[in-house]
Amino acid sequence: MGNGNSGTAGDGRLADNIVHFARVLRKAGLRLGPAAVTDAIEAVEAIGIGEREEFYTALHATLVKRHEDDAVFDEAFRLFWRSRDLVGKMIALMSPVVTRHEEREKRKAGETRVSDALFGGQEDRHRERDEPDIEIDARFTASGSELLRRTDFAQMTSAELAAAKRAISDLVLPMDEVRTRRFRRSTRPVAIDARATMRHAMRTGGALILPRHREPKTVHPPLVVLADISGSMSQYTRIFLHFLHALGETRRVHAFLFGTRLSNVTRQMRHRDPDLAVEACSQSVNDWSGGTRIGETLKDFNRLWSRRVLGQGAVVLLITDGLEREGIELLEKEMDRLHRSCRQLIWLNPLLRFEGFEARARGVRAMLPHVDELRPVHNLEAMADLVAALSGMVRRGAGDPRRFLPAA
Amino acid sequence: MLAAGNYLAGRSLATVLFLSLRMKRPLFLEGEAGVGKTEIAKVLASALDRPLIRLQCYEGLDISSAVYEWNYPAQMLEIRLAEASGTTDRGRIEADIFSERYLIRRPVLQALSSPDGRAPVFLIDELDRTDEAFEAFLLEVLSDFQVTVPELGTIRAAEPPIVIITTNRTREVHDALKRRCLYHWVDYPDAAQELEIIRRKVPGCNATLSQQVVAYVQRLRGLDLFKNPGVAETIDWATALTELDRMALDPETVSDTLGTLLKYQDDIARIEGAEGRKLLDDVKAGLAAAG
Repeated sequence: MGNGNSGTAGDGRLADNIVHFARVLRKAGLRLGPAAVTDAIEAVEAIGIGEREEFYTALHATLVKRHEDDAVFDEAFRLFWRSRDLVGKMIALMSPVVTRHEEREKRKAGETRVSDALFGGQEDRHRERDEPDIEIDARFTASGSELLRRTDFAQMTSAELAAAKRAISDLVLPMDEVRTRRFRRSTRPVAIDARATMRHAMRTGGALILPRHREPKTVHPPLVVLADISGSMSQYTRIFLHFLHALGETRRVHAFLFGTRLSNVTRQMRHRDPDLAVEACSQSVNDWSGGTRIGETLKDFNRLWSRRVLGQGAVVLLITDGLEREGIELLEKEMDRLHRSCRQLIWLNPLLRFEGFEARARGVRAMLPHVDELRPVHNLEAMADLVAALSGMVRRGAGDPRRFLPAA
Repeated sequence: MLAAGNYLAGRSLATVLFLSLRMKRPLFLEGEAGVGKTEIAKVLASALDRPLIRLQCYEGLDISSAVYEWNYPAQMLEIRLAEASGTTDRGRIEADIFSERYLIRRPVLQALSSPDGRAPVFLIDELDRTDEAFEAFLLEVLSDFQVTVPELGTIRAAEPPIVIITTNRTREVHDALKRRCLYHWVDYPDAAQELEIIRRKVPGCNATLSQQVVAYVQRLRGLDLFKNPGVAETIDWATALTELDRMALDPETVSDTLGTLLKYQDDIARIEGAEGRKLLDDVKAGLAAAG
């Protein structure tokens, strides 16, 4: 069997170069392991060194595993196989920088938690004092302009982390589960499990055939989170990122962030450490605290992602204040489509905590008819509310979005 | 080789196929719906003259419907017969009823056992429709080409099957699985290729019409549609127009037959209106200019 053993690859030079090339790709963000590299060498051997195009295909087939990486691969291929020395120099130049950079990040993660452990909870009081400022901020900063920014979020305090975890632990409630077409063993006589019955009967040599039962297995449906990170939402971003991270430990979560454009941060959120995960998110998103284009980003989501992540009865959490300035028609249309392609659409709106909130903004009015529930989300209490909503503990209608619509 | 099976492959696809055969690695084909991924496996099977075993994936696909199942009624009968004849030797009954005779082979097991010594082409279609659990199970099958049936032991393929996996990207497939495969992104063909495909698949379609059809579809893909028409849709459309005895496209025909091409109401509504008419005019003008 052709099992990646290429100790005798050519005269070694080409193999070395392929290894270097793989390193370049890895630095450029492709996820590829050593097995892929041996595959590549084997593929190039199999095809023989001939035409550039075939060489390209051999490398591409073995090193690229995601369509999104095509562009990076193309560029790397073009550069690398044109001038080898240049890239060699680049690697030499880049390596120390990259390692130093990573070291710095690693040290940073969890820093707050460590200092929390030392100085106990001061951070927490500090946060509470900050709250009133936030309220002024939140309403008037929706802007249509595209502002590209990277944000360095403050880290989560131990208390926040614990609270988020607590909120999550309530999440595992049976109401939120959907049936799958798989089965599990059951003591209740739901359906006969022929396979288990027969196997069990063998223990008695077939003298005693007692029926075994099975029932449909239930699982939590995946959660798809679309979170607004525009300027008007920036005060809440951190907390819900951490909420998402905690959620991801127990459930399948697909996370998307949007401001003026949509970014999928599902992979970034899979870091075990919450600080590292949030850090990775802020690295990969370019439009923190910029303007909002809800309609446009929803359109992107519907076109590129909805068919890929909304399977298996997904629940969508839309976290935004709904302050959209332009394109109300588009927003309405895309909301409608989103609503029709998921099992449940829950809108979390931080503005909702103000007494007497009314859907005056045009964006909010356009979105309201298309959501199943509208809930506040600005602190952990509200998070707990959300947990209840997800678990189906709250009567349908308590979060009915239509009650906020001014009587027309 | 592919051309013999009436399949038009670009150079890179041919190279990847060659590599996958040579390296005995599964080939992972990804691409939009309707670009002809499944067709590749079919053509490959007929070109290599091997049986094609197809595992259509769906949510909830489990071992008993993908790998093997015991024939329970027959086993039950066997036990009753043993009872009636007074056999009480437990070992014998067990060996008897868990033998190949009562084993129902499902696609995975079929693919691993090649009766005539020639490995089949094993198509795992739309892998993205299964859940993660099944995907994880496939890891063993695809790297070692073996499965374990507890009562029979491990069954290993004498010659590994030629594995083709397709996905439509409705879900991200785990890296661990992709790592075991050669990856190829199947794209829409260009105009010349698509024209050739129509020529082969819809022989009754006249030259003018097929040119217009292809040009129109290629233009449609450039628009910002919710779901672009695939090659399969192009073939459907050409067939439909041929059945209707049309010699050329006109606005009425287009809007009457749009359902073969576009599958979302939004898209249809958009193309039915002025935009579609303009598109058609552009296509005709372009073809006229080209000669």
